[in-house]
Amino acid sequence: MSSTFTTSAARNIFYGGAVFSFLLFLALTYQTERVLPERDQRAQLDNPQVVAGKRIWEVNNCIGCHSLLGEGAYFAPELGNVYKRRGPDFIKAWMQAQPTGAPGRRQMPQFNLSEKELDDLVAFLKYASEINTAKWPPNIEG
Amino acid sequence: MKYTSQAVAKPYFIAAMGLFVAQVLFGLIMGLQYVIGDFLFPHIPFNVARMVHTNALIVWLLMGFMGSAYYLVPEEAETELHSPKLALILFWVFLIAAALTVIGYLAVPYATLARITGNDLLPTMGREFLEQPTITKIGIVIVALGFLYNISMTFLKGKKTAITSVLLLGLWGLAIFFLFSFYNPHNLVRDKFYWWWVVHLWVEGVWELILGALLAFVLIKVTGVDREVIEKWLYVIVTLALVTGMIGTGHHYFWIGAPEFWHWWGSIFSALEPVPFFAMTLFAFNMVNRRRREHPNRAATLWALGTGVMAFLGAGVWGFMHTLAPVNYYTHGTQITAAHGHMAFYGAYVMVVITMISYAMPLMRGRAANSNKAQVVEMWGFWLMTVSMVFITLFLTAAGILQVWLQRVSETPMSFMATQDQIALFYWMREVSGVIFLIGLVVYLISFFVKGEEQAA
Ligand code: HEM
Ligand code: HEM
Ligand SMILES: [Fe+2]
Repeated sequence: MSSTFTTSAARNIFYGGAVFSFLLFLALTYQTERVLPERDQRAQLDNPQVVAGKRIWEVNNCIGCHSLLGEGAYFAPELGNVYKRRGPDFIKAWMQAQPTGAPGRRQMPQFNLSEKELDDLVAFLKYASEINTAKWPPNIEG
Repeated sequence: MKYTSQAVAKPYFIAAMGLFVAQVLFGLIMGLQYVIGDFLFPHIPFNVARMVHTNALIVWLLMGFMGSAYYLVPEEAETELHSPKLALILFWVFLIAAALTVIGYLAVPYATLARITGNDLLPTMGREFLEQPTITKIGIVIVALGFLYNISMTFLKGKKTAITSVLLLGLWGLAIFFLFSFYNPHNLVRDKFYWWWVVHLWVEGVWELILGALLAFVLIKVTGVDREVIEKWLYVIVTLALVTGMIGTGHHYFWIGAPEFWHWWGSIFSALEPVPFFAMTLFAFNMVNRRRREHPNRAATLWALGTGVMAFLGAGVWGFMHTLAPVNYYTHGTQITAAHGHMAFYGAYVMVVITMISYAMPLMRGRAANSNKAQVVEMWGFWLMTVSMVFITLFLTAAGILQVWLQRVSETPMSFMATQDQIALFYWMREVSGVIFLIGLVVYLISFFVKGEEQAA
């Protein structure tokens, strides 16, 4: 690099660029928070079942096999839209029937959830399925 | 080695390598579960293996960064480390916390682990990469604070170079953004939005500063090129990294409920993220071509060049492949993502840590470089691991393209599980490449024990 471009100029551009980018990022975050209420179904969070369902989702590490809105693991099906794909009764019956024990097939553990916990989980998955995701996934298979 | 306190890096590097082996073993378990679904079930369910695999990766990279900083900062600052004793205590705290966490993952169901570690008091568990019990997270913060205190005091009392400034900024940023792992709102969209402040702002933000600084340090040492030139390159690279990577976070905000202006901001800025990685490749090759000395440690030079190339391929090329919103609409959360994740983590962060280890370890063992014989073995390790990682990536990419086609593009989309059956062949080939990767890792580790004629440091 040419000698007219000094190290101290490079350093100043670095600090300036970093601060500017961070401020721009914060501004976009602020704008995001303003728009989110129209998209994120937050009214459903008044339902304690949804909140409890999210905790059940977390403490059983469902994300370790499945994806949710496309994030997580890729070993088992997308669950952001499973409420729409399968419906509440199927989901509960499915959870209770695990593991299938079919030889060679990928296995899902039995989490021993109570009837109430299953209802909470379904409420959470319903909430997730109603978030405005810009029409993702491309089709119901996720 | 110029200062005796630099030697505290050694246990960090050794533990890092141990965890690397564990990481790869659990990767192979998962790879087998992809094709033999009930392998080790119910003893090690897939999600448990995955936690061990990814958390071991993160922890050993953090150990590698810390060890590197303990080695690098005294040498750059031209003074002894503020407190070698603190560094050693924190090493054991970190290692024991990591071991207990892994035992927890393997010994009890995750829900039980959450209960007995008091997740209810401050729920942070159960999110990808941040699965650690809350108390482990608090432990990580304590270790990080002690580490930063130690390193910063050393920095403040000594000479301040561009390399240490950039490295410290990266390390402080790493700790600060980790604090977002304690923020877990009920609102799923906001949860995901701020989760990326840890994950993306790490690997495509502050970690790139650490990467650049470590690479610059080793390049100065092995090429003897003027510090002035190298530091200018470093500033340019890290400027490009932050300017593209910060707003580039938007490539994760397309489909999680965030506003759609992110489709533009995220696509455009993240499409520029390969630029700093390309600059890094040019940087490494340019400096080696302009070298003013023939450093006896040719293996370290090879790792440095490899980092430049593989980081650009994994992060730059494979990242670009799926970063534009109209493409990501189809590839989001598929094996394409996994392909990219593997080569990017390997090419950028695994390789830069090994570059540091390769350079510093012989010096800590009292020689300028390992014997020729040992270096040849080390280079075998380099090629076996690197080439098999390229194949892992290619097979996962092939699997991903088929997956997208069958499950998402097709007029008559197949279900997820039916699609998986169709692409099993590629998962088998990934697993074979994974075994070769493990062999490469073992060869690399053997190189530490190969004797021969050594030049004193
Ligand atoms: C060598 C044999 C390896 C095998 C067989 C393997 C296999 C796997 C598998 C099956 C997954 C889970 C994918 C899913 O969620 O469905 C995974 C995830 C992951 N592995 Fe590996 N792995 C190996 C080595 C490595 C290495 C060396 C690295 C680091 C450089 C690494 C980094 C990762 C990362 C970052 C993830 C999370 C990816 C994501 O979320 O997209 N793996 N690995
Ligand atoms: C060394 C730097 C990088 C590392 C270690 C890395 C690693 C990863 C990992 C592990 C994931 C999966 C996260 C998850 O599990 O949800 C991911 C996702 C992603 N990365 Fe990177 N990455 C790097 C750089 C880049 C760059 C430079 C680009 C763009 C040019 C990029 C584009 C993407 C995109 C678009 C996704 C989302 C994939 C999806 O929608 O499923 N990455 N990255
Ligand atoms: Fe990213």
